[in-house]
Amino acid sequence: MNLGLVPLAFIMWLATYPSRALPMLAPGIERLPPRAVAYLRLSGPSALAALAAVNCLLTSDKPPRLLLGIEPIAVALSAVVVWRTRRLLPGVVAAVVLVAVARATGVAGVV
Amino acid sequence: MSGEVATAADERPEAVDVSRRTLIGDGVAIASYAFPVGLVFGLAALQAHYSLLDVVANSVVAFAGGAQFAAAGMVKDGASWLAIAGVTLLVNARHLLYSAATAPYTAVRSRKERVVMAHFLTDETFALALAHFRRIRGFDARGYWIAAMAIFIPWTTGSAVGYVAGGAVDVNRLGLDVAFPAAMAGLSLGMVSGRRDVAAALGAVAVAVPLGLAAGASVGLVAGAVVGPMVGLAMPEARGGAGTADAGRGAGSADGAGAAHERASEAGLP
Repeated sequence: MNLGLVPLAFIMWLATYPSRALPMLAPGIERLPPRAVAYLRLSGPSALAALAAVNCLLTSDKPPRLLLGIEPIAVALSAVVVWRTRRLLPGVVAAVVLVAVARATGVAGVV
Repeated sequence: MSGEVATAADERPEAVDVSRRTLIGDGVAIASYAFPVGLVFGLAALQAHYSLLDVVANSVVAFAGGAQFAAAGMVKDGASWLAIAGVTLLVNARHLLYSAATAPYTAVRSRKERVVMAHFLTDETFALALAHFRRIRGFDARGYWIAAMAIFIPWTTGSAVGYVAGGAVDVNRLGLDVAFPAAMAGLSLGMVSGRRDVAAALGAVAVAVPLGLAAGASVGLVAGAVVGPMVGLAMPEARGGAGTADAGRGAGSADGAGAAHERASEAGLP
């Protein structure tokens, strides 16, 4: 079996693990000033909103292009469903079904 | 590896049980898209001439979905490993924020345990675990591992099955490609407890999209995640609102769960 890319997995781990571990392992992190803790608290909704936006509004081309299709609408629908039902799964299912139906009926193309 | 400090599970077992049930429900939602997306990665890796062991090693050791997709594309294009490492570093720089936001909670655990926990701190683990910690206002080791396994198990098995099955599932035709952004939007919404959170999330989007268009999605993503909280902090706090006024009270209340967030949590919002 070819194992040629196993070392690459470890190199990628080396490029990933420090950002996951350093703040968690740094001493005194729990004694941060209130302003810094407030910043970190806001990083959750910020990072996840940015992830959602980048993944539904930009294509994977190089350079990326703005995607104005069914996908952002599906993500917005998902947000509405999550807000109304207070549950994640119905929101995700609603988004997937909308996109699948739109693509199956030819209303939207496959990205 | 039990911590020396009492955790939420020790002090409020009933509240923790209720929150864990919500966590498991949300974890199922995460797993339901992680597996098919893992299938797609397995297929991408097959097309980039990975071996099965390469795929499994990549998913278990690197365990970084977006970076793994980028790496598969770069391997296929013949990019250098140094370039792949650089892209991985950039794509995953946001984990610094996740780790720092989680740190006040995990500080009660031993260093050995934190060393292991850090490996599993992905987008999904962070979102699920932090929402759980906020609901119970403290740390819960079992909750963290439920969150971590909700992504780790389906992602790694999905990668392997996708490689072996080789394109049996048309993820795009089934609309499964939209599950990831939909889940991230829903999880972000679940963390909103005041106007500062709203401003931070909108600020992040306002920065991430145009910068992503100009400089690449990864750059936009990191910039949005960094600038978004600054926008939130620039917003005046609502009087008596959730905001961040209580953010500095220490690890137990580092997330400042306010009234609005409590209402959302009671209703089971992630």
